[in-house]
Amino acid sequence: MSDTAPSPQPPTDERVQHVSVFKRLLSRPECGAVAGAFLVMVFFVIAAGDTGMFTGTGIINFLEVAAMLGIIAVAAALLMIGGEFDLSIGSMIGFVGMLIAIPAIEYGWPLWSALLFGFVCALLVGLLNGWLVVRTGLPSFIVTLGFLFILRGLAIGLPRLFTDRTQVGGVHEAMQNDWLAPLFSGEVGTGLFQWLADIGVIATNFAGNPTVSGIPVSIVWWFGLTAVATWVLLGTRFGNWIFACGGDPNAARNVGVPVKRVKIALFAFTALCAAIYAALQVMDTGSADSMRGMLKELQAIIAVVIGGALLTGGYGSAIGATFGALIFGTVQMGIFYTGVNTDWFQVFLGAMLLVAVLFNNYVRKKALEAK
Amino acid sequence: MSTQTPMIEMRSVGKRFGSVIALNDISMKVCSGEVMCLLGDNGAGKSTLIKTLSGVHKPTEGEMLVAGKPTRFRNPAKALDAGIATVFQDLAMIPMMSITRNFFMGREPTIGWGPLKRIDWQFAERVAREEMAKIGIDIRDPSQPVGTLSGGERQCVAIARAVYFGAKVLILDEPTSALGVKQASVVLRYIAKARSDGLAVIFITHNVHHAYPVADAFTLLKRGTSLGTFRKSEVSREEVLNMMAGGAELESLDAELAEFQRNDRERTESAAPAVRLANGH
Repeated sequence: MSDTAPSPQPPTDERVQHVSVFKRLLSRPECGAVAGAFLVMVFFVIAAGDTGMFTGTGIINFLEVAAMLGIIAVAAALLMIGGEFDLSIGSMIGFVGMLIAIPAIEYGWPLWSALLFGFVCALLVGLLNGWLVVRTGLPSFIVTLGFLFILRGLAIGLPRLFTDRTQVGGVHEAMQNDWLAPLFSGEVGTGLFQWLADIGVIATNFAGNPTVSGIPVSIVWWFGLTAVATWVLLGTRFGNWIFACGGDPNAARNVGVPVKRVKIALFAFTALCAAIYAALQVMDTGSADSMRGMLKELQAIIAVVIGGALLTGGYGSAIGATFGALIFGTVQMGIFYTGVNTDWFQVFLGAMLLVAVLFNNYVRKKALEAK
Repeated sequence: MSTQTPMIEMRSVGKRFGSVIALNDISMKVCSGEVMCLLGDNGAGKSTLIKTLSGVHKPTEGEMLVAGKPTRFRNPAKALDAGIATVFQDLAMIPMMSITRNFFMGREPTIGWGPLKRIDWQFAERVAREEMAKIGIDIRDPSQPVGTLSGGERQCVAIARAVYFGAKVLILDEPTSALGVKQASVVLRYIAKARSDGLAVIFITHNVHHAYPVADAFTLLKRGTSLGTFRKSEVSREEVLNMMAGGAELESLDAELAEFQRNDRERTESAAPAVRLANGH
């Protein structure tokens, strides 16, 4: 130790206090959501530890709830960091569900083509949303509020027109032997879980099958999208442009950031994520329903805000949104397991939102004060 | 200097917004290694002129030449590509973003290719630190938000960014107006340095005292038209000031101030006995 020469460190500055790793983590936007998720977990481990919430199946259950919300929350996070909202996410879910189910069930399209049709339509609507916002300069709140009603109306009107019902079932049959369907249904790693059960690591049921047979594909989508979004935000040029567009679109434009293209791309991505949600849900339940996705746009925004993003844009993270969604899923299922009346879930949700916003406001002030 | 091709030249440029004539028949040229001061009071058309130079607005009349070639910029990015960098009054800085992210905003250095193409953060942080050190401002940590810097430091980050990205023409919009004396002198020194590095600098201000020490020439704007361009050797500071604000207005201001002073003096004299009484208690 004594004979080591002073290592050639970068020139240090006496005004830079040594900032501990802990403090650095505190200055990240997602720190509130991570801490919140931890607290919520601890709370339910104590309150619902003996109810089966934290058995393999229980964990998969609440992760699935979180995953579905997380998929749209991650997209909503990028959009919000980019300075815009999308209130049409929820309606888009119902709308795309119908676009997948009606051709596949009523007109006998192969499921893969119905899925592609749904995704292409979602993409087009997303592009239109974005184009209208950047073209007119109207607040995205108004433009997408319009689409909230347009798409919901279509999700009710189209099935009535083509099938005389507002629910289209029978998708499970259409999924048989479809090459694209496994992307949005079933489980991943079933072999691994069987093996883990065989060597006794995870519990088995009376028939000797593992109680958890695999990871639902929605959870894989959730983690995958979070990873990609985080990579884009922190690592790529496009990520820097997203921050710039949300922080100050004029300043960004003046230094050559293609603000309009970035925003339109973000709207399109949000629409695609809503389509992924719709595809997963239609295949999981085997049907499409006109009322699917109600209020999901607001839940996504709540998850994003709990995750530390600023409503005004320019600040936030995808990981934060993911933890926001995790809190959401944990509480929703936790309340179910603890036997508390589920009516209280909404009270908790609203309170959580307010606490998160106050906390974020405080953190942002601190971040700009730190000299 | 007259034999040199100007880096940037405007020939009877005009700009109208609907029925409003914001600029009318503006001609000026700036060579490299020269500081042109654009002086004008509020509403003289300074901002419109800069925005036209930097590609935000397109001129409705006249033409612009860059290094002798007629040019029309479709957008600010094209002007940047041609080496015309503008440091706007709002600095085009985003307070919540880090110094490095701001420094490279819109021109991020990348490594890797395909889906793995990413920002070269190591390089970016090093350059941000070095470039700031060059102008005598050592930033404490390039990942700190720009919002934590002082006004002068922010100004210098903005200028350093423009210079680093190969600006040949540097347009500075009121770079010193929001700054204290000491910070303003830092910026002025930096402008002088940019000139000696061979940049053409257009320095917009309404503060003659900041403009006079560093300028080689002055162009005066008033109500959207040019009052002409003067070499520094041709005019004195007072003449510039008079032309800019309109000498008559300043004279009437002088008269009004004298009036105030006289009133003040009378008031203090009449109030003085009362003060003495209060003290006596």
